Amino acid sequence: MSGSINTPLIEVRDLGIRLNTSRGPAQAVRGVSFSLKRGETLGLVGESGCGKSVTALALMGLLPDSAVVSGSIRLDGSELVGLSDANYGKLRGNRISMIFQEPMTALNPMHTIGRQVAEPLRRHTNCSAAEARKEAIALLDRVGLPDAAKRVDAYPHQFSGGQRQRVTIAMALACQPDVLIADEPTTALDVTIQGQILDLIAGLVAERGMSMILISHDLGVIAENVQRMMVMYGGTVVESGATNAVFTRMGHPYTQGLFRARPRLGARKGTRLQTIAGTVPELADLPSGCTFADRCAIVEDRCRMALPAVVDVSAGHGVRCVRTDVSMAEAVGAVGA
Amino acid sequence: MSTPMSASIEVGAATARPQAPTGFWRRALRHRSFVIGGTLSLMVLGAALLSLVWTPWSAYEIDVASKLRPPSAAHWLGTDVLGRDIVSLLLVGARSTIMVGIIAVGIGITFGVSLGLLAAARKGWTEEIIMRMSDFTFAFPAVLSAIMLAAVAGPGMVTSITAIGIFQIPTLVRLTRGSANAIWAREFVLAARASGKGGFRITIEHVLPNVLPILIVQATIQFALAILAEAALSYLGLGTQPPQPSWGRMLNDAQTLLFQSPMLAVYPGAAIAIAVLGLNLLGDGLRDLLDPRLARER
Repeated sequence: MSGSINTPLIEVRDLGIRLNTSRGPAQAVRGVSFSLKRGETLGLVGESGCGKSVTALALMGLLPDSAVVSGSIRLDGSELVGLSDANYGKLRGNRISMIFQEPMTALNPMHTIGRQVAEPLRRHTNCSAAEARKEAIALLDRVGLPDAAKRVDAYPHQFSGGQRQRVTIAMALACQPDVLIADEPTTALDVTIQGQILDLIAGLVAERGMSMILISHDLGVIAENVQRMMVMYGGTVVESGATNAVFTRMGHPYTQGLFRARPRLGARKGTRLQTIAGTVPELADLPSGCTFADRCAIVEDRCRMALPAVVDVSAGHGVRCVRTDVSMAEAVGAVGA
Repeated sequence: MSTPMSASIEVGAATARPQAPTGFWRRALRHRSFVIGGTLSLMVLGAALLSLVWTPWSAYEIDVASKLRPPSAAHWLGTDVLGRDIVSLLLVGARSTIMVGIIAVGIGITFGVSLGLLAAARKGWTEEIIMRMSDFTFAFPAVLSAIMLAAVAGPGMVTSITAIGIFQIPTLVRLTRGSANAIWAREFVLAARASGKGGFRITIEHVLPNVLPILIVQATIQFALAILAEAALSYLGLGTQPPQPSWGRMLNDAQTLLFQSPMLAVYPGAAIAIAVLGLNLLGDGLRDLLDPRLARER
């Protein structure tokens, strides 16, 4: 079943997700396409509610039953959309794994961490309880939990946030998955721990040849940890490309806005952070045209007519904007500003 | 290892200390409400077991000549309106009380918890059907159904236990489903699903252990309610049939003589209170002891 070297490990084509919210159906994700080769890392960046996490949950097949998924998600060439939950269960934790944002709540308080790390092994492999336990200790040791052999029988509340995140990483890696999805893995942690955890994840990804999808709203995290990135806004990918290319030639006004809004060291005292005017549109009533139109400084009438097509500004660097001529020219200013 | 420990809870923490028990029992014996609750519950259980082999007088022997006697050396707590020995009645009555409580709550827990967990796990139509059926049972007056059941099966202990058990179900379905829904929304359940587990295993391994503390406390309350319900049904002649004594029946018999011999109501009342209090404290203690977050070693 495993595809040839040319087949991407994950191929997403025209993914659309409609969620049923209290305000009626909401198109949370529209026309998202990307592919990921073995060993490649991809970053997803955007504000809260832009569809990053929903995309990740769709890859895991963990969307609520009421969600309607269109398009195609292929893992090693086989279609995942419409797969039964039982069959999906064989992939989850085995070939695709996920690390969650909140290590404080991602572990069951009633079970020991050793048991929780061993669980995916027991589920997906035929190993005995003793073997799984041994493997769990080895995993906990690998993720840098001090004194793993002794602490394997401790409960989650006896660990700090950073240690718990190490445990959830061990859980996700137990079955040596092909793809690791990390949904804001460091957002809930202290800044001092963030770097350590990201280094740990990056090291493990490289060591095991996994592919990784890293979701974050932090441009710095994305810049340092992934080869390619996608900027999402209002359920669409507004810009995608190699991380370097996107950072040096920001083609979409939204990417530029995100970049200007980040705090900087060395800024003069009293300098105010720039913001993007306006608010994220409600997914339940998205505009018909460009989702960013209402907040865009260089908006034109045709932006509101229909969703702009993706413009390839250079090889592998696409921007969903009709005014790339202007926005790309201004991009220089954005970096300088 | 655990055999000497379980024997020692009866005597309490003081005698258990020198044996230096480990783990669960060590913590249990230091937990005040667990020890007090356990002692009271064991007293009731002990009374029921004792009545199987020995009672000071026969609980069924009527001696009208010596009715309504005050406490004496022969009758430690006196006699009732038919001249039966109160102590003997209390001992034998403990049997039916415990039976009603355990079986009725057992029925309620078995069906209520499984249906509640199923509703939370499956959602959709399954949940609708289970919840509407439980609403229906809930809305029907319990006594009316007990009368119906008695009309079909004949009055007696089995009938009353079944009726009480059935009426425990909706409360437990609602409680279980509500708490289970809250657990299903937690991130560790999502993480469990992300590691490939199905609904059944998540329910058993993640949801049930997390709703258990709530259920244990509720079960002790339900036990108390079952004892009281048995008393009410006995009063209507639908529960335990004479001459079989039960605490509920004793309480109801005493009602007509409340001004003549008020103590007749106090004894079974106190017995019920001890059983209920003991179970509540035991449940409280058990809840604390089962929660690893509260299991501080020192």
